[in-house]
Amino acid sequence: MSGHPHSHDHDHEQGKDPLCLEIFARLSEYLDGELAAEDCAAVEEHIADCPPCVEFLQGLRTSIEASKGFKTPVAPDPVDEAMRERLQYAWSEALARRGREAQKARPGPGPAPAS
Amino acid sequence: MAGDASAFTPFVESFQAKIFQYTWLTCGQREDAEEVAQETLLKVFENFDQLREPEHVRAWVFRIAKNFCLMKRRRSVYAPERELSLDELLPSAEGERKLQIRDEGEAPEDALLRGELNSRLESAIRDLPEIYRSAVLLRDVEELSTSDAAAILDVTEDVVKQRLHRGRLALRKALASYVEVK
Repeated sequence: MSGHPHSHDHDHEQGKDPLCLEIFARLSEYLDGELAAEDCAAVEEHIADCPPCVEFLQGLRTSIEASKGFKTPVAPDPVDEAMRERLQYAWSEALARRGREAQKARPGPGPAPAS
Repeated sequence: MAGDASAFTPFVESFQAKIFQYTWLTCGQREDAEEVAQETLLKVFENFDQLREPEHVRAWVFRIAKNFCLMKRRRSVYAPERELSLDELLPSAEGERKLQIRDEGEAPEDALLRGELNSRLESAIRDLPEIYRSAVLLRDVEELSTSDAAAILDVTEDVVKQRLHRGRLALRKALASYVEVK
């Protein structure tokens, strides 16, 4: 991200100022803590003086929080008995295969001790 | 968990709801979502011995779900793909209301609004083009890491970040024009 001077006179209108646009493109990474320290500092420097960007950032954060707590009100039908049996069979077969593989992977008993 | 037969029921209960939510928001039709969720569960159990990294079990399960959803989509008519440009996600010219949600001491009317918000959010997620929806579902709704989401979607982490950002901006825009809770 290019650095920019702290500006009180750039045109914030509708968030279409070039500085705002640069910030706008990186807000998710900023909120996710995925920006490099230098870029993060540049975002913070800009928003410290840009109420529209702050407002936009708050709205974005709020909608992300809503997504994180989202639960669809529609619940799945319970798994019926026939499907439960199929799942249980598949599960026990998979566990048995895994057990056999683990057994194969174990080192053998080694040579018998000389008497 | 992988070696414990008693883990069967908790696993089914925990994953069935999660998988269904993903398939419901991806497939669009309840019947399809139920079918895909059950196919996913069965495939998961049939291949459980193939799971090499138990710490990534959720990513593994969602990868299977995603593949079944893709197959279902190919067999049905569904929303065409399109890309969202950043320009169309900018704040609108007439301005927008502030989006604020109070989450402490919720009054009944707030609970009602929250329900409406949830409903609006569900609709907005469904309206997203698939590439953005899957990024939002995996990263925000399921809270998987960028790296897990990239592995599930077979794209780079940068692509996940870009799709997630555009998806989030589209959701913010859809909600901002609708909700004002103070």
